[in-house]
Formats: sequence, structure tokens, C-alpha cells
Amino acid sequence: MEPILAPESIDLIALAPVIVLSVFAMMVLVVDLFGARDKGLLAFISLIGLLMTTISAFAKNPIPAYSFNDSYTVDHLSLFFICIFTISSALAILLSVEYNKREGIRAGEYYALILFCTVGMILLASSSDMIMIFLGVEIVSICLYVLAGIQRDNHRSNEAALKYFLLGAFATGFLLYGMALVYGSTGNTNLFKIADFMQNPSAQSNPLLLMGLVLLIIGFGFKVASVPFHMWAPDVYQGAPTPVTAFMAVGPKAAAFAAFFRVFAETFAAMAPSWEILLSIIAVLSMFFGNLGAIMQTNIKRMLAFSSISHAGYILIAVIAKNSLGSASLLFYMLTYAFTIFGIFGVIIILGRKGEENLEIKCYSGLAYKHPILAISMAIFLLSLGGLPPFAGFIAKFYIFSAAIQEGFIALVIIAVLNSAISFYYYLKVIVYIYMEEPTAEFKVSMSPLTLFVVLVGVAATINIGIFPGSIIALASH
Amino acid sequence: MFESTVPLPHYLMLSATLFVIGIVGVLIRRNVIVVFMSIEIMLNAVNISLVAFDHYMNLSSGQIFSFMVMCVAAAEVSVGLAIIIALHRNKPTVNLDEFNLLKW
Repeated sequence: MEPILAPESIDLIALAPVIVLSVFAMMVLVVDLFGARDKGLLAFISLIGLLMTTISAFAKNPIPAYSFNDSYTVDHLSLFFICIFTISSALAILLSVEYNKREGIRAGEYYALILFCTVGMILLASSSDMIMIFLGVEIVSICLYVLAGIQRDNHRSNEAALKYFLLGAFATGFLLYGMALVYGSTGNTNLFKIADFMQNPSAQSNPLLLMGLVLLIIGFGFKVASVPFHMWAPDVYQGAPTPVTAFMAVGPKAAAFAAFFRVFAETFAAMAPSWEILLSIIAVLSMFFGNLGAIMQTNIKRMLAFSSISHAGYILIAVIAKNSLGSASLLFYMLTYAFTIFGIFGVIIILGRKGEENLEIKCYSGLAYKHPILAISMAIFLLSLGGLPPFAGFIAKFYIFSAAIQEGFIALVIIAVLNSAISFYYYLKVIVYIYMEEPTAEFKVSMSPLTLFVVLVGVAATINIGIFPGSIIALASH
Repeated sequence: MFESTVPLPHYLMLSATLFVIGIVGVLIRRNVIVVFMSIEIMLNAVNISLVAFDHYMNLSSGQIFSFMVMCVAAAEVSVGLAIIIALHRNKPTVNLDEFNLLKW
């Protein structure tokens, strides 16, 4: 056995966002320890940390750059993803400040966990080595298990944490076994070397490798909540504290898709025929089950969970398309999805009070008569999620579908468009409640400036990206 | 280095068998702690195949990987047990079927 060499190419500048954010996360812990009575200070430090992270992500020039023996990559994909992560974590923190005060979540480590989770997401989106991907997945997951159960005295929160933990760890087992089999059949954990190895046609029919790919799909499928590995999503989304639900609907999902894209669309592109069909089936199932499941829900958080399952189906189409347009549309979709989802959850938080969160859809009856601004924002977000033209969701879907058509997946696109039509049924159902029903009870809103700010940012971004998508598309499609 | 007489497929079969035992344990047992142990069996089954691949291909990254797996598994255990304890305080049971506030 040859001796293990010291890594030749440790480039800490490339790793700057990870280091900066980790330092800020630990700083939050220390400040919390030394008597920060006011948790707002912790939120403020976290926001500064996220800003610094975004700036430091651009420290590496020129890109693409590689560090730690090619196991960490800085390229356009990872930079754009880092921006999505920092934006979504910042919005999550802004939503949390008032919510935590209201629901009595005192733990200062809440903010540290969100930051550490973001570190994991950055690692996941930037790694080009299976060991790093595994570590990224686990950093993200472990933080999320704790965040889902952070309301320790709330039964639902406990139960959500337990279900998320058991199914998440179960999925990790599959992901890991898949990685082990891929390692065994290629002799490498580095994605670039595996991609080189795949150029050899005889390597592609190795049964161990094919089994490894199936297991990898199962593992990633769990993490992005796609059918048939979606069982955890509705329960966890419903039970977790609302800002955490919003957070996990966007950031970790985007990170898992980034790794999904790197592994399948970039590394195993040479053997696409063998995984395309499996991913297409998963995408179609996710869209149908997600949309049909959402129709039957009466709880809005559960409905959004099913809607996010169907969105996972749409986004999988971008991975299947695996061209440069596919990666650009993936980035664009995740960015618009982040603004829309945080906006919706912002409205949900405003309409709740301590102990009575008003999560049933019929609680929204007649919202338009009492709070027209919240009503119109909610309507905009729901229509954008459905994909109605003036809003960002339409451009995002259009962009993914055009990437798929370019590669000749016409049938998949037709199914996806049909599903968008189905999804309008339940999005419009909420809008009908808001605009056409009489108010049944007084709304007990807890209007707070930060939450309202998130909602307004969401509205502005959804409309602005929808009408002027050019600059974002240009950034996404470098 | 000593010459191993056990061929690679044996290790892989052992690893696969343990992995399946883990999966079956997660799916059919209703005790939280046992389900949790089954998940650990799955992770360790993977370690066996990683190290076996390494040995037969004269590589080293699989061993590094298996160390990472152990570290992560330890972190996961601590979080998992903490969640189970928090749950147990509110509802003194370890039977998964009794956690039914949210539909599975």
C-alpha cells in the first residue's frame, strides 16, 4: 500500500465561505453563552455572518478553482447556490426572530444551528468528492433534526423530529451504501476521476455500479422528498416550527439538488440512458402524488409539503435534462422558489398567535376583507407557485421545460404541464377561501415588522423576477 | 502485509446481508431504540464493504471514508438519543405506533 501523501493543494481562499460562516456560527454560540438576553443580537450577528459569507464566496478568482485535491470546487454553480443559501437562511432568520419570541423558543443555538446547516449546504453544493458530499448531507441533516424538534415541550415538534431523524438516517444508509458500491466499482471517490473512468464503455455495465446508482437515487430521493421516498415530508413540515419548515423547504432541498446534479448530470452523464428512465419515473410520480395529495389537505403546512413534493418532480426534470440550460434553470427555479416559499410562510406566521397557529385552510376565509395586503401577497405567491405568467414561477417552469425539450423529453414536459394545471386547483382553492368566503372569525394577526419585511421582499422579488427575468437568467447561465 | 485468504465476494455478501438485516429491522420493529440500532447496523455494513474494497484494490480513501462514517454515526447517535429523550419526557413510551399526532 502506498503511503498517504499530504494534500498538495490546500487552498483556503476557495474554502473562505465555509470558514467565515463556521466562525460566525461559533461566535453566535459564544455570545449566547455570555449572557445575550436579547436573542435579536444573535439574529443580527447571524445576518452579518451570512452577508460576510456571500462576499467571501467571491474571494476566489479566477473560477473554476479546486481545492483539497479536487474535492472542493468553486464554480458558477456553487457560487450561485451559495447566494441562494445565504438569502434563504437570512430570510429564515428574519422570520424566526418574532416567531421565536411569540412561541417561547429561547434557545440561542437556534441561530447557530441555522448557520451550521448553511455551512453544510455550502459544502454539499461545492463538493466534488463523495466523502465531502456525505459529510455535507450529514451536517445539513443533523442540524435539521435538531431544528425540527427545537420546541422541546411541543408534542408535534418532538414527533416531527423523531420521524425526520429515523427516516433521514435510514436514507443516509442507502446513500452511503450507494457511494460504497460506486467506490468499489470505480476505485475513486473523486467525481472528476469517476467521470474519467466512465468514458470507458466496459466500465458502464458493471452490475455493482448500477446497483450503486440505484441506491444513490434512493438516498438523494429521500433528501429531496420525491415520491416514493416522500413519506416524511408532510409530517415533518406540519410538526416543525413554521420558520424551520420554510427553511427546510428551500435551502437543504436546493443543496440536495446541487449534489444530485453534480453526481448524475455531470459525473455519470456518460451512462445517462441507465438512470434517465428511473429518474423520469420518480419525477412523474412526484408530480402526480404531490399534486393529488395536496388537493385533499386541509392543513396549509401539509398542503405546502405536498406542493413541495410536486416541485421536486419539476426540478428533477432539470437534472434529467443535464445540459447547461438544465443547470441554469435549476438555479433560477431554486431562487424564485426561495422567495415565494418564504413569503407564504411569512403570511402564515403573521396570521398565527401563540398556541393557536390557525393552520387550517378554512381559517383564511375572508382574509381579503380584513387584511387586503396579506391577502394579495398570499394570492401572488400561490399563483407564482402554480406558474401563472406575470410571476416568477412561470418563467422558472418555462425555463426548466425548455431545457428538457432541448434534450427531447417531450412526454415528460407534457406531463409536467398537465400537472401545473392540476396544481392550480388547490392553489386557487386557498385564493377562493381568501377572496370569496365570508370571514368566520376575527383574525388575530401578530403583525411584526421583520416578518412583514420578508413578505414584502417575497412579493417584490416574485413580481420583479417574473417581469424582468433577464439579469438573473444571465447570472444563472454563465 | 499478510495475504488474505477470504475473497472479496464473501465480504460483500456479509456486508449486503447485514445491510438487509438493518433494513428489515427498521421496517418491522416498532421499538424506537431497536429501529435506531438497526440503522447503525446499516451504516456499519457499509463500513465493511468500504474497507474490503480498499484491501482488495490497494487503495486508502475507503478507509478514510469509513472513519468519516463512524464520526458522523457518533454525532447522529447523540442527536438521535437526545431526540428520543426529549420525546420520552413528554410521552413515556418507546413504541413508534403511539406517536400518531401527525399522520405517518
